[in-house]
Amino acid sequence: MNNLLARATPYIQATPLLVILGFFLAVPILLLLVVSFWDYDFAGMYPGFFTFNYAETLTSWVTWRTYGNTLKFAALVWAITAFVGFWVAYFLAFHVRSATTQMILFLVCTVPFLTSNIIRMISWIPVLGRNGLINSGLVGADIVDQPVEWLLYSDFAVVLAMVHLYTLFMVTPIFNTMMRIDKSLVEAARDAGAKDWQIIWNVILPLAKPGIAIGSIFVVTLVMADFSTVQVMSGGQSASVALMMRNQMSLLQYPAAAANAIVLLVLVLFMVAGILRIVDIRKEL
Amino acid sequence: MTETSKTGISRRNVLKGGAAAAAGAAIGSGVITGFPTIWAQNPITLRQFGTGVSNLNAIAEKCKEDLGITLEMTATDSDAAAQRAVTQPDSYDIADIEYWILKKVFPTGVIQPMDTSKLTYYDKIVPLFKTGKLLPDSVIAQGTAPHTVGFVEAPGDKTFAKGETGWFTMVPTIYNADTLGIRPDLVGREISTWADIMDPAFKGKTAIINVPSIGIMDAAMIMEAMGNITYGDKGNMTTAEIDATIDFLIKAKQDGQFRAFWKSFDESVNLMSSGEVVIQSMWSPAVAAVRSKGIACKYQPLKEGYRSWGGGLGLAAHLQGAQLDAAYEYINWYTSGWVGGYLNRQGYYSAAMDTAKEHMSADEWGYWIEGKAATGDILAPDGTVMEKAGAIRDGGSFEERMGKVACWNSVMDEDRYMVRRWNEFIAA
Repeated sequence: MNNLLARATPYIQATPLLVILGFFLAVPILLLLVVSFWDYDFAGMYPGFFTFNYAETLTSWVTWRTYGNTLKFAALVWAITAFVGFWVAYFLAFHVRSATTQMILFLVCTVPFLTSNIIRMISWIPVLGRNGLINSGLVGADIVDQPVEWLLYSDFAVVLAMVHLYTLFMVTPIFNTMMRIDKSLVEAARDAGAKDWQIIWNVILPLAKPGIAIGSIFVVTLVMADFSTVQVMSGGQSASVALMMRNQMSLLQYPAAAANAIVLLVLVLFMVAGILRIVDIRKEL
Repeated sequence: MTETSKTGISRRNVLKGGAAAAAGAAIGSGVITGFPTIWAQNPITLRQFGTGVSNLNAIAEKCKEDLGITLEMTATDSDAAAQRAVTQPDSYDIADIEYWILKKVFPTGVIQPMDTSKLTYYDKIVPLFKTGKLLPDSVIAQGTAPHTVGFVEAPGDKTFAKGETGWFTMVPTIYNADTLGIRPDLVGREISTWADIMDPAFKGKTAIINVPSIGIMDAAMIMEAMGNITYGDKGNMTTAEIDATIDFLIKAKQDGQFRAFWKSFDESVNLMSSGEVVIQSMWSPAVAAVRSKGIACKYQPLKEGYRSWGGGLGLAAHLQGAQLDAAYEYINWYTSGWVGGYLNRQGYYSAAMDTAKEHMSADEWGYWIEGKAATGDILAPDGTVMEKAGAIRDGGSFEERMGKVACWNSVMDEDRYMVRRWNEFIAA
């Protein structure tokens, strides 16, 4: 009896998590998968097994182009946030000496996050617009004759807003990993004659990899699933996968959107798997 | 147990029916002026859902006050409204939907036609909704013109009647004529045609609406104005016509003609007021919103005419007995003038102009409907000044505006194909 209880204990302990994940994650995804094979018209969805939602999605050049565009955003934003995030975290972890200052500065980083995503995004518009802050400054200072058009409603604006929104998701995990690096390793490297860049390249960067990997997962999944930033900052001129889905949903083409969601899910899972293959998060934590 | 409860319900129904009959008799006889408050003693709730334009709280409050009928209003976007109308017919009593939605929804049998003899103000309803002609010499517009889906031969019919009959599918509530909005201070020249939005001078300073079913119509007006194509019916394009229209839009987009595509009301307001665009698709409340910031904005009448839209109230098929009577009473109240005046003052148009006139001041009537210069300040329903004395409404009088409708919002047979191609345009 005792033996049985002992064997059952881990399962009982895991049950709450299993129930939550099952109910809020597995079941919805399963439903999504089922619905993606259904037929639809304006009035409703009709159960069945049809593959044309996938066929229409995968054979259309719009889909490929949109995925290409979304991946481009993901790559650009990832590269910039990783670069910025690494140096911000490095500064916080190794240059700021006192723990109090570290925490204060870290909290300062999070201050913008006290406002909503949408507000932070939209507040770029008066800055970047044709008659915005930057353009009036440039024209007023006679640096340019005509306002610079590509600042707003362009890919540049989208990437800028995304970097602004998502950099902290990179800073936090990297900072966290760097704080765990034993300072004596850095001292040892210095004693052994390593230069600053050698310490960063050979000691800190390898040890910060799990943090970079976690941050990358955050940033990549956020960018891949983003629709509001792309819609607002590109002025509707640019497409993203999630925006395509949102268009379909607003037209009540749920099965088509579900098929799209499944394709995106598979792609993102592959990307995450790729990141995890390069960096073993668990081993290095 | 079941027996008892059944009797109970039916007895109550009889009572309600009696009360309604009494109310009906009272109105019919004209003995009582104003509206009987009988519903207050025997409370009736009508659940109305719709696209939001006419889901106004002020109307629900006034309805409660005048009729004692509680209106529960729910607003959705138009596609969700179409879906709900069909899939949850028991979830509403009154459907407040646009005519093109009705065209999709009515054949499924969820809306019952109205007996015109029970509609007190049927004779006052603008002929546009009965014959398609505002004035005897008007040309019938393309698209889903309300009169084409306005009547059936008999209750239970699934197809629309060719002409006016005694069975009205919806009583019109609110309608208007849309055109392009411009910044008169920034365009620097006369704007007179839909084709002007493609003028190279406005490169990178134009926008169109990114709602496929409406955007395609604006594009069609532009295409036709430029002389690129003549559509059989702009409101029901063939696939070849859709292809031609979308290819044209894609080319214009790649040439950088557009600054943005807007999806929501506030986006269109911001694009215009910040000067990002100088000419774009717009809705009349958005023009008013830009103007209220003190920025010049004009709802420019164009020679090809307007793209128009309209909605109405339809009765759910399940309504019967006292509820049905209450619904008729509500609709009669709706067309009796107060609501009409309220809507006209917002820059929309109401179905029965004659009754609305009695609820508007002579100056308001002159400004909003007759196209005359305002003699005093024109106030919004909340009391703020909308237009100063001397202002003239863009496009002029009701007859000038609604008499020049080129096309009604509509649903195409090739809808799905059109949406797919529209998405290509946005992704291109």
